[in-house]
Amino acid sequence: MRVAFLGATKGMGRALARLMAERGDTICLLGRNSADLERSAADLSVRGAIPPVPSVACDLEKPDTFAPAIDAAREALEGLDAVVVTAAVFATQEELEADAALAERLVRINFSNTVMFCEAAKKALLEEGGGTLCVFSSVAGERGRKPVIIYGAAKAGLTRYLEGLDHKHRAEGLRVITVKPGFVKTSMTAGLEPPPFAGEPDGVAERVLSAIDRGAPVVYAPAPWRLIMAIIRALPRAIMRRISF
Amino acid sequence: MREPPLSTLSGWGRHSAPGRERVGEDLERISADVNLSRGLGRSYGDASLPPDDEPNVLNTTFADRILGFDEVTGLFRAESGLALSELNRLLMPRGYFSPVSPGTKFVTLGGMVAADVHGKNQHKDGNFGDHVTKLKMRVGDGRVVECSPEQHPDLFRATIGGMGLTGHILEVEFGMHRIPSQWIWQESRRIQNIDEFQDALEESALEWPYTMGWIDCLARGKNMGRGILMTGRWAEADQAPSRAPKRGFQPTLRFDWPSWVLSGLTIRLFNELYYRKQWRRRSSGIVSHESFYYPLDAIRSWNRMYGRRGFTQYQCVLPREAGRSSARRVLDVLTTRGGASFLCVIKDFGRESRGILSFPRPGITLALDIAVRDDTQDLVDALNEQVLQEGGRIYLAKDSFTRREHFEAMEGPRLDEFRAIRDRWDPNRRFRSAQSVRLLGD
Ligand SMILES: Cc1cc2nc3c(=O)[nH]c(=O)nc-3n(C[C@H](O)[C@H](O)[C@H](O)COP(=O)(O)OP(=O)(O)OC[C@H]3O[C@@H](n4cnc5c(N)ncnc54)[C@H](O)[C@@H]3O)c2cc1C
Ligand SMILES: NC(=O)c1ccc[n+]([C@@H]2O[C@H](COP(=O)([O-])OP(=O)(O)OC[C@H]3O[C@@H](n4cnc5c(N)ncnc54)[C@H](OP(=O)(O)O)[C@@H]3O)[C@@H](O)[C@H]2O)c1
Repeated sequence: MRVAFLGATKGMGRALARLMAERGDTICLLGRNSADLERSAADLSVRGAIPPVPSVACDLEKPDTFAPAIDAAREALEGLDAVVVTAAVFATQEELEADAALAERLVRINFSNTVMFCEAAKKALLEEGGGTLCVFSSVAGERGRKPVIIYGAAKAGLTRYLEGLDHKHRAEGLRVITVKPGFVKTSMTAGLEPPPFAGEPDGVAERVLSAIDRGAPVVYAPAPWRLIMAIIRALPRAIMRRISF
Repeated sequence: MREPPLSTLSGWGRHSAPGRERVGEDLERISADVNLSRGLGRSYGDASLPPDDEPNVLNTTFADRILGFDEVTGLFRAESGLALSELNRLLMPRGYFSPVSPGTKFVTLGGMVAADVHGKNQHKDGNFGDHVTKLKMRVGDGRVVECSPEQHPDLFRATIGGMGLTGHILEVEFGMHRIPSQWIWQESRRIQNIDEFQDALEESALEWPYTMGWIDCLARGKNMGRGILMTGRWAEADQAPSRAPKRGFQPTLRFDWPSWVLSGLTIRLFNELYYRKQWRRRSSGIVSHESFYYPLDAIRSWNRMYGRRGFTQYQCVLPREAGRSSARRVLDVLTTRGGASFLCVIKDFGRESRGILSFPRPGITLALDIAVRDDTQDLVDALNEQVLQEGGRIYLAKDSFTRREHFEAMEGPRLDEFRAIRDRWDPNRRFRSAQSVRLLGD
């Protein structure tokens, strides 16, 4: 598989890219810090015993980098079978309420800019005759919840967008995979008290890779979050107003 | 960056202190204002715990990228939070193994350098630090520098075995060893007493790259120090099964055992059975490297076996000059005080390492796992007094009970040299741990 990967430098993206490299997939790294991308490229190439991993500049805050980055990846990989997006930012509801500029930036990165990146990725994949677009959204987008109102809203928008893409393009061979992680211990959640069923990036990566291989449109990870969110979705508003989850 | 909540950090022996762990992939960025690094927390005592007045520590385990590996020369470089377990998983199938490995694979490269770990091949290949070619560090004045035997050699030698007190190790470069297979040709042999043990270790050192022994600490008199000697070497490709060793079921201890479980009686029973298991005088065969190197890793969180109060490991080295009988005198202190050690390991050391405060020196090392009880401090004091008389010293990676005066007396001029380098690189004593405050005064 030839994969363009936005967000492989850290967290779940790092873990997923490693699994792909170890099984011999070819990867092109997209990201905003070229020196840091080089370090991740070295890591992946040693782990996979594969030739040097190319990397390309792409910043989710700079929409004009999206299409050129995907084209450059396509060229470096001599084609394209999959695009993976794990990149995003997070801030707590308190932090976002206290800082309007931060809130605006988060919504822009996690929603509108991610959508525009996916539009560019979709176009490239359709030109290749289909492929996989795997994007990390969140369980935070499943229900309006007190601790993640703004972040959750951006992820909810992203989830709906991805669902629509899947409905429209599956028949053309574009498989869109929406990943909905629960709480996972990465630097994104560092300093937050982990709830029960908090996961590790490696476990999430294994589930996501299997979803990619099967073409499963939606994957919850770690697994228990599927059930947890089914319950949360079923709770009446009167209860949601009362609990702090 | 979000400040993590104050929680309880503990060493492997469950000795604990209030602290906060900062995590992140970019050690260079997040190490600027933290005063101690810790890896996987496998040091037994308080080496990886913060001092009372400064609860923040850096947890390096997110910084685990491999930065380079030369498949021809074996030269390897990675960020300091990379775990040995991961290194083994990736490179053993390609015919490379760490030049030195401790008895658990759940340690980081940073921890292996900071404790200058030794393994079953100490008599032949020295310590981990002997194979390190370069370190990248953040030092006391905030700079990021590289050090090696040529570049800032004082910093390099003080960092190897320096228990994190010279700065944050960001990257480690070292030479990997070639191995012919992932299997070990192991020979085990029953030993009648401590004197025979030391002869047997000395003999096998000439013939075997890997040696260590298990001692029944409760046996007294003429049986004192009876046990089993294990020796091994990598199996050649044509002796070994062609498949890679399977990873078996790995149970996890999910609760603390009550303290009576490991009483003198059960320990006696275990030791008796273990000794009897080796019913033949000698046996040999092919075993997986995991069962040879990391028998304790087979049970996750086995430290919970010691209950809430935890345990300590007392590890000392007795110099060759102290003579054969020194080991018997130290074991005597343990048995006459009724100290029961569940696990007792014996191993001979070859040369001293290049690290200024590194543990090994030519002689014999004993490591005793001791459940913490009300009298543990007295027992450790008594052991330390005996070790001092023998001219020996203790291993900081295991210690949580030694008194400052004992430590200073054991280390003498080595400690002066270490302090002088610390004065040069960290005059304001930014880098401190609970252990350094206890043993060095700062
Ligand atoms: C079952 C078991 C068997 C063992 N067997 C052996 C053995 O055979 N031989 C042996 O030598 N040891 C042995 N040990 C001890 C172990 O190898 C050491 O304590 C090692 O340092 C643990 O590594 P860690 O990553 O867990 O470090 P930690 O325990 O987290 O830290 C240990 C020390 O290293 C420092 N440190 C860690 N990372 C850094 C860094 N990046 N920069 C600066 N300082 C740092 C810490 O400040 C601390 O002083 C054993 C331990 C266990 C639990
Ligand atoms: N962790 C959780 O509990 C959790 C829960 C639900 C959903 N999620 C979602 O899962 C995904 C992965 O999360 P994670 O925890 O693995 O995150 P992480 O460890 O913080 O990693 C985030 C990644 O995004 C990249 N990134 C951030 N801003 C960028 C930008 N402007 N341009 C390009 N790349 C950028 C980072 O690259 P740099 O190296 O350049 O910083 C990094 O590789 C995210 O979409 C997150 O919202 C996470």
